[in-house]
Amino acid sequence: MSEMPTNATADAAVTDQALQPAFFDWLCRMGDNALVLGHRTSEWCGHGPVLEEDIALANTALDLIGHTQMWLGLAGEVEGKGRDADALAYLRDAMKFRNFLLVELPRGDMAVTMMREFLFDAYHHLLLAWLSENSSSPRVSEIAAKALKEVSYHLDRASDIVVRLGDGTAESHRRMQDALDLLWPYTGEMFTSDEVDRAMVTAGIAPDLEMLRSKWEASVRDILEEATLKAPDPGGYAHLGGKQGRHTEHLGYILAEMQFLQRAYPGASW
Amino acid sequence: MYAQLVKSDGLKAREDMSAEERAFQDRVDNGEKIEPKDWMPEGYRKTLIRQIGQHAHSEIVGQLPEGNWITRAPSLERKAILLAKVQDEAGHGLYLYSAAETLGVSRDELLEKLHSGKMKYSSIFNYPTLNWADIGAVGWLVDGAAIMNQVPLQRTSYGPYSRAMIRICKEESFHQRQGYSIMMKMAFGTLEQKEMAQDALNRFWFPSLMMFGPSDKDSVHSAQSMAWKIKINTNDELRQKFVNETVPQAEYLGLTIPDEKLAWNEDKQGYDFSEPDWAEFFEVIKGNGPCNRERMEARVKAWDEGEWFRDGLNAYAEKAADRRKAAATAAEKPGYR
Repeated sequence: MSEMPTNATADAAVTDQALQPAFFDWLCRMGDNALVLGHRTSEWCGHGPVLEEDIALANTALDLIGHTQMWLGLAGEVEGKGRDADALAYLRDAMKFRNFLLVELPRGDMAVTMMREFLFDAYHHLLLAWLSENSSSPRVSEIAAKALKEVSYHLDRASDIVVRLGDGTAESHRRMQDALDLLWPYTGEMFTSDEVDRAMVTAGIAPDLEMLRSKWEASVRDILEEATLKAPDPGGYAHLGGKQGRHTEHLGYILAEMQFLQRAYPGASW
Repeated sequence: MYAQLVKSDGLKAREDMSAEERAFQDRVDNGEKIEPKDWMPEGYRKTLIRQIGQHAHSEIVGQLPEGNWITRAPSLERKAILLAKVQDEAGHGLYLYSAAETLGVSRDELLEKLHSGKMKYSSIFNYPTLNWADIGAVGWLVDGAAIMNQVPLQRTSYGPYSRAMIRICKEESFHQRQGYSIMMKMAFGTLEQKEMAQDALNRFWFPSLMMFGPSDKDSVHSAQSMAWKIKINTNDELRQKFVNETVPQAEYLGLTIPDEKLAWNEDKQGYDFSEPDWAEFFEVIKGNGPCNRERMEARVKAWDEGEWFRDGLNAYAEKAADRRKAAATAAEKPGYR
């Protein structure tokens, strides 16, 4: 199990006992979003609509699994109970997972997959950009800077596909609009603060989510307009709960599949 | 690798060749590379399309048995490595379809032939991956067998194919090492892990030997392909080389190759071993392997369900081109602004 890496950048936040519960929770949110979206994206492997997309989807999933390793690795250090990234990924049950409901929904067709990626990437990109520049935690900044390079590409690609399919054929337009209408009520969770988020803002580790929301809405609206898609009402209903561990029925099945070997053969090394 | 039973014409004797054919054969004999715009016999072109196409199809169908374990990979690192590997396989498919395109056949045409069953892919991908050690065995044995065939194909006479092989071989040797690394973890792990490793070897050994194609005495298509340097070694030569290299690797793992006849033969400085069950091989090729139906259904479903996606992108590209054209026309005629 993990120990503090000896070459790690000095970071007082990592050992701050008062901050520890919220910081651990917040890092799990970062890692779990990447892990669960990576899992959903990886389900496409070998089943994509065209070879180039198959490669791009596997590549995106690979990036997200890499981010998971970094965020959950740091979460394990902050927690200080000897759990490493694998222990957190493979040996927590659904109620301990902190990802948004948005990322655990079934992958659907390519319209749902790419619309979700776009809506999440637009948030993820803004968040990582802020963290890499402004976070009071040097370790968080480092991880964010690494992930940002890849997520910039994810956002470019997803935006491009949303525009092309939105403004493609009547069928691709309809599918993209349906995907947007389906997913929109799950985007509010990304910007709904709770006490964990507020503690991170107070510590200077993470940004105010209301500030992110207005930027996100503006950038998402620009792309949707170019895609000839109709953005739903921003004040509409929001499904919440994932960040606090209250999930959809889907997450349990994701974990049953993902954690099978670790659960069936405890203590084995792979 | 991944090209088995590629049909080609019988070997043409030099005295029956036209002047063009003789000049072509001389270039091949001198080790010159044939490039897309060069003159080539029609049989050479057709045989290459079949062989490269079959290889490309094998790469993309080969994503399926490995992809079967991505969501269940037992650690984040193993998951990342497997994703990278399967992504490489899709990339190999891309290089190879591109190499085939230089011979005048489109990727869509080749895929249509795969989906309608007119073209084949390697028999090995019609076997299931049933436990995690299978992912190790596929890397170790299947990629290992592929490398045996692909390393010599780096010297094949057709330039684009040769260059694709050079890139592919670099990645395949990494794949084989990651497969063996999984096998080591499993073989030196718990009793249950070792049992999985042995089970994987038991199921993948003979299907891996089949990857080299039928025995030379039954391989009717080899002579012309070898003269054209589309095929460099015979099936039996490569199979022997594979067995010779793999047996000590299995011994190191403490695993037993499922062949009672396997024995070192001092005279030939190689192992004697049992032939695979060729009746099974021909059944798998005919479509009766354990996973033929699922593999083709998965590929056809991906293609059919992706139609709206491809159409959407194409429609956008046409609209964008029209808009650019309209903008350029407007710019040329200031009066219209």
